[in-house]
Amino acid sequence: MIPAQFDYLAPTTIDEALAALAEHGDDAKILAGGQSLLPVLRMRLNAPEMVIDLNKIPELRGVRDDGDHLVIGAMTRHSDIAKDPQVGEHAALLQKAVHHLADEQIRHRGTFGGALAHADPAGDMGAPALALGCEFVIAGRDGVRNVAADDFFVDLFETAIGEDEILTAVRVPKHTGWGAHYEKFVRVAHQWPIVAVAAAVKVDGGTITEARVGLTNMGSTPLRARAVEDALRGQPATEDAVREAASRAAEGANPPSDLNGDAEYRAHLATVLTRRAVLTAAGV
Amino acid sequence: MTAVQEPTAEREIGRERRRKEDQRLITGRTRWTDNLNLPGMLHLAMVRSPFAHAKIVSIDTTAAKNATNVVDVLTGADLGEAQGACINAWAITEDQVTPPHLPMPSDRVAFAGEVVAVVVARTAAEARDAAEMVDVEYEQLPAALDLKEAATDAVLAHPDLGTNKSAFWKFDSAEAGTGGDVDAAIATARDGGIVIEREYRQQRLIPAFMEPRSVVVDPTGEQITVWSATQIPHILRFAIAATTGVPESKIRVIAPDVGGGFGGKLQQTPEEMIAFAVARRIGKPVKFTETRSESLMTAHHGRDQWQKMTLAADKDGKVTGLKVELLADLGAYVAIIGGGVPVLGAFMFNSIYKFPAYQFNCQTVLTNKTWTDAYRGAGRPEATYGIERMMDELAAELGEDPIEVRRRNWIDASEFPFTTVAGLEYDSGDYEKATQRAMEMLGYDELRAEQKRRRDAGDRVQLGIGVSTFTEMCGLAPSRVLGQLNYGAGGWEHASVRMLATGKVEVITGASAHGQGHETAFSQIVADRLGVPFEDVEVLHGDTQISHKGLDTYGSRSLVVGGEALVKAVDKVIEKAKPLAAHLLEANAEDLEYVGGRFGVRGTDQGVTIQELAGAAFAAHNYPEDMEPSLDAEATYDPVNFNYPHGTHLCAVEVDTETGQVSIRKYACCDDIGNIINPLIVAGQVHGGLVQGIAQALWEEAVYDDSGTLVSGSFTDYLLPTTADTLSFEVDHTTSPSLTNTLGTKGVGEAGTIASTPAVVNAVVDAVRHLGINDIQMPCTPQRVWKAIQGAGSGGATPGAAMPHFSEDQPGQDSTEGAGA
Amino acid sequence: MTRISLTVDGAKVADDVEPRMLLVQYLRERLGKTGTVVGCDTSNCGACTVHLDGTSVKSCNVLAVQADGCEVTTIEGLAQDGELHPVQEAFRECHGLQCGFCTPGMIMQSVALLKDNPSPSEEEIRLGLEGNLCRCTGYHNIVKAVQHACGQGAGAQQEVTA
Repeated sequence: MIPAQFDYLAPTTIDEALAALAEHGDDAKILAGGQSLLPVLRMRLNAPEMVIDLNKIPELRGVRDDGDHLVIGAMTRHSDIAKDPQVGEHAALLQKAVHHLADEQIRHRGTFGGALAHADPAGDMGAPALALGCEFVIAGRDGVRNVAADDFFVDLFETAIGEDEILTAVRVPKHTGWGAHYEKFVRVAHQWPIVAVAAAVKVDGGTITEARVGLTNMGSTPLRARAVEDALRGQPATEDAVREAASRAAEGANPPSDLNGDAEYRAHLATVLTRRAVLTAAGV
Repeated sequence: MTAVQEPTAEREIGRERRRKEDQRLITGRTRWTDNLNLPGMLHLAMVRSPFAHAKIVSIDTTAAKNATNVVDVLTGADLGEAQGACINAWAITEDQVTPPHLPMPSDRVAFAGEVVAVVVARTAAEARDAAEMVDVEYEQLPAALDLKEAATDAVLAHPDLGTNKSAFWKFDSAEAGTGGDVDAAIATARDGGIVIEREYRQQRLIPAFMEPRSVVVDPTGEQITVWSATQIPHILRFAIAATTGVPESKIRVIAPDVGGGFGGKLQQTPEEMIAFAVARRIGKPVKFTETRSESLMTAHHGRDQWQKMTLAADKDGKVTGLKVELLADLGAYVAIIGGGVPVLGAFMFNSIYKFPAYQFNCQTVLTNKTWTDAYRGAGRPEATYGIERMMDELAAELGEDPIEVRRRNWIDASEFPFTTVAGLEYDSGDYEKATQRAMEMLGYDELRAEQKRRRDAGDRVQLGIGVSTFTEMCGLAPSRVLGQLNYGAGGWEHASVRMLATGKVEVITGASAHGQGHETAFSQIVADRLGVPFEDVEVLHGDTQISHKGLDTYGSRSLVVGGEALVKAVDKVIEKAKPLAAHLLEANAEDLEYVGGRFGVRGTDQGVTIQELAGAAFAAHNYPEDMEPSLDAEATYDPVNFNYPHGTHLCAVEVDTETGQVSIRKYACCDDIGNIINPLIVAGQVHGGLVQGIAQALWEEAVYDDSGTLVSGSFTDYLLPTTADTLSFEVDHTTSPSLTNTLGTKGVGEAGTIASTPAVVNAVVDAVRHLGINDIQMPCTPQRVWKAIQGAGSGGATPGAAMPHFSEDQPGQDSTEGAGA
Repeated sequence: MTRISLTVDGAKVADDVEPRMLLVQYLRERLGKTGTVVGCDTSNCGACTVHLDGTSVKSCNVLAVQADGCEVTTIEGLAQDGELHPVQEAFRECHGLQCGFCTPGMIMQSVALLKDNPSPSEEEIRLGLEGNLCRCTGYHNIVKAVQHACGQGAGAQQEVTA
C-alpha cells in the first residue's frame, strides 16, 4: 500500500522537466495523472528513485484549434476531454471512448497524454488515437519531434517516447462530420476492456466513403484494423456489407489469453464489436 | 412450542426505524481497527511466501534488522511456541486428518502468501521497506493444486500426512432411519423412470469484505487488549488463550467497527496470532493492517467444491431419491470451521422437497492453496445450487415448466411441521404462496410467452427465466445438535440488560455486528418488550470485557438466537422489578399488570414505571427484604431447533448469443422469513445477499495458475460487480412466523445469497437450452456462454492469467480452475 | 521531506511529508481524518474518495505533495454547522449503508455526481458510481439514496410490503 521511497520534483515548465529527466535518466519516472503509476508504486512493482510530476506545467493542458488539427495538451484530463465542445465536434471518437474510461474519479485525475504514454494495450485511448491518425508531439533536449500514430505504439507498455523525452501534446486530425462510436466489452463496469473497437466513419449518401477502425486489447499494442477499413471503403452502410467487412477485424491481431477470455474468443469478439461499432458510427 | 408474539402497527417491532448506527458512519466518525493509534505503537509488515509449497531453507534478516527505525525482525523459529496455533474447531470425523497450523511456520510453507517472517518498525512504511530486505531461501516442492488431482494423492500438500484426504463424511437416509435406500431408488428409476446425473462446479470465491483486516494488540495493561476486525471476538479470545497458554482472563478482545465479514472474518488468523506474540515479546502496542492484495491472497476463501449428483424420479417427475457426492477443497489447512462447511449443506440438498431417499457423501481434501472456510451461506448455497439445478434438469427432461415439477415434489403448507429425509423438522412455511407471489412480481407468464416468441423468431438475444425455490437452516445452532456433529463449541447466545439510574437501558449482546444493524433491531425489540423509548436503549457488543459471554455473529444467528436471549433477559428484568413495584405501590404482586413500561394496579390508576423502579433500585432506600437492589438481568439462550426461512426467487436474463454476454432484466423474490423486526434492514440484507449470489453466478472466481499463484489477486481481476452491473430488485415477503422462537423470526442474512445463484444460472441455461445446452459452469462468463453455444460443453476452464496492467511479467497460461470439466 | 500547505475541510494545515506519502495516508495519519478509508491497492474500490479542488478523486491515487496549495473536502467536512449534507441524510433515510466502510467514498462520489448532474436518471447514477465498490447493500438502496437526495421518488419507502 505504501510506495518505496522516492524523490520528487514538480517542474513548472517543459524545459525544467526535460532537464530533470536528463539529470535522473532511467532512475526517474514521469508522473502525469498517476492513475496507473500510483497503483504500480503502491504495490512496489516499480520503485523509481525520482518522480517528476508534470501537473504544475500549465502549457501541457488544454485543447486548441490549429487549422485542420486539434492540439490536445498531454496533461489534459479525461474529464476535460469528455466535455470539450471542440473535441465533440472534430474528434467525437475520443469523446465516445473517454466516457468509458475507468470511472469518474479516475477521469477527473487521469490525463490523455499519460494514458497514451503508459501504452497499456487495454487502455481506452490508444485505439481511438490510432484510428484517428493522431500525431504525437514529443519534446526532447534537442527539440520537438512529431511521431505518427502508426509509429508511436511499440510494444506492451512501450512507445516511441525516448528515455529523456516527454510527450507534450497530441495533434488530432479533424474528423468533422464523421460518425463515431466506441464499442467496449467488459464483464464488470470498472474493468479494462476485454476487447473494444473504436470506429469513425464518413458516410455520404448511404455509402461509407472512409472508415477508421482501432482495436483495444487485441495485441501487445492498440491496433488498426486496416483490412476492415479497406473492405468498408465504398460499401453501402448496410448491416450485410458491414458484417462482411467486420469479419476481417482480427486479421493480423495477436490477442492475449487471460482470465477474461482466450485468444480465440477475443478474435471472435473483435468481429462482432467491429460490426456494432461501425454500424452505430454510421447511424445504421 | 413457544408462544408467538404477534407484531402490531403501534409497536416498534415491524417499524422501518432508521438505523442508530448511521449517524457516525455517514459523517466519518468511525472506529475501524486501522484508525487506532496508541502511544509508542509499532507497525508490522509480513514477509510472505511467493511459492505454493516450499521448504524454508534459510531466512536472512540481517539487512532488515539494520534498517533505520526497525525494531526487530522475527521468524517462526524466533517466536516458537509463543505464537500459539490456528485451531480447527470442528473435526467432522473422528479420524479427520488435520495438519498442524502454526501462524508462522519455520520449516515449510503450504500456500502462496503464508507468512514466514514479520518486521516490526516505527512506521508501517518502514516496516514494508524492511520486509523487502528479508532474504528467504526456499526449496520448491511439488504443489497439490487441482482439487480432483489432489484427491488422488498424486502430489501431497503435506508430505508427512501421507494423504490429502482429510475426512469422509456420510449421511444415508436408510442408515439413519429417516428414509429409504437411495441406490435402490436409482436402480428402480433406471428401469422405466428418470435418472439425471450431473456434475457441478462450485468455484472458489473470496469473501472480499470491504474493510481489509486489521489487528492492534496492546500488551501494556494487566489484560492484553486485542482490537481486531473480526466477526468473532469471543471465539478469538478463547482460541488465543487455548493455544498460547495466556489465561483467558488476561485477554480482552474488542471488535470495534467492523467493515463487513460475510463469513470472511469468522477466523482466528495467523496475523492476529503473530501480532499477539510480537506485542507480548516486545512489550509495546503493535498494529498490522493488511493490503487488499494480502487480503485476497490470504484471508480464507469460500466454496470450491465439485458436486456429483444423481437424481432418481418416476416417469411422472416425482423424485424418488437423491445421491450427492462432494469433493471439497480445504486449501492448505483445516480452518476454524473448515471441513464443517460442506457438512452444513448436508441437510439441505433435499431442500423443500419430499424425497423418500437421500444420501450425502463428502470428501474434504487438502491442497496447496489458500485455506477455505465459511462464506455467506456456508454449505447451504452449494446445496441449494445443486438441487435447484437438478430440479430444472428434471423439468427439462420431462418437458415441463420447472415450477410445476417443483410443486409436485415440495412439502405442502398443510404438512408442517414436517420431518425431512435428512432428519430435520421444518416448523413452518408456505411454498405455494411465496411462489405465486414471486410469479406475479416477475410477470412469469408474460415472460414465458415472450421467451417463446423470441425463441421461435431465432432472436440474437434470447430470454431465459430461472427458478430457485429454497429453504435454509439458520440460527446456528442447538448446542446438542452441534455436539452430535462433533463441533467444538455450543450454539447458545447470551444477553444482559442493565437498568441505569437515569432510566436508560443498556443492552449487552454476545452477538458481534459488522453492518447488520443490531443496534437498531435489538433496540426495537427491547423498546417493545420492556416498554421504554427506542432512543433510550443502548446496545453494547463486541468487547469481551463488556460482553463477557457470547458466540458472535455468523450463520444468520444474531436475531434468532441472540434476539431470543435478549427477550429472555428483558423478561427477567420485568420479573425482578415486579416485587419492587408491588412493594412501592403497597399492592399485591398478583394485582399488577405490566403494560407499556409501567406496572399498574388492576382497576386503579396507580402505577410505577420501569424507569422509576430503576431509580428506586439504584437508590435502594426502600425495597423488599428478600430482593437484591438491582433490576439487571442476563440470559443465555440455547435454541431448541434451527429455523427455516424459505422463498421463491425468479430471474429473467437476456443472453446475447453472439457474444455470450448475460444481462439480468428482472429479478423478483418473495421470501418468508417469519416476523420482521425492521423491514428496512431486512430489505438491505436481501439486496446485498442477492448481489453476492448473483456475483457467484456471473462474475467472481478465484483462479490459480499452474504454479499455485492466485491470479485473481486484486480487484482488477477478482471481479466484484458495481452499481453499473446490477439492477434494482423486486422484493416481497410472505409471513409464516417461526414457531421456534418468541419473536417468530427467521434468519435473513444468507437468504439472498443462497437463493440467487441457482436462479441466475438456471435462467442462463434456460435462455440457451434450445441450442442443446444443459449446463454452463460458474461464473457464467461471456466466454463460457459463447463456447457452450459453439458446442464446447459447459464452457471450459478459465485461463490462469491476469491482464498485465500493473506488471510487465509474462503471465502463465495454464489454470487449475475448472480442470477436469 | 517536502513542505506542503493546503486546506482540508475548511482548515488550513501545513506539514513536512515524504513525497511517497499518499493523500489518503496524510489525511488519516497526519490529520486524524480517519473518516476516509483505504479499501484496496489498485484504485478500484473508491472508499478513499475525497474532493480535490471541487472534483472527486481517489485519495489513494494522489500524492500528498500533489495536494499542496489545494482544497480538500472529506466526509468529515461535508456537514455544515451541524447540518448533515442532503446526501448524507438520504443515505440514512434510504438505508444506503450497512457496514459503512464504503460509505464515505460512496457519499463523496454521490455529491460530486449530483453537482455535475442535479437530476440524473437511474442509469446515470449507476454509471456515476461505478468507481465505488460496496459489498453489503447490493447497491439497490444506494441508488435510491441518490435519487432521494435529488428529490426523486420516496426512497426506500415503497418497496417493502409485508
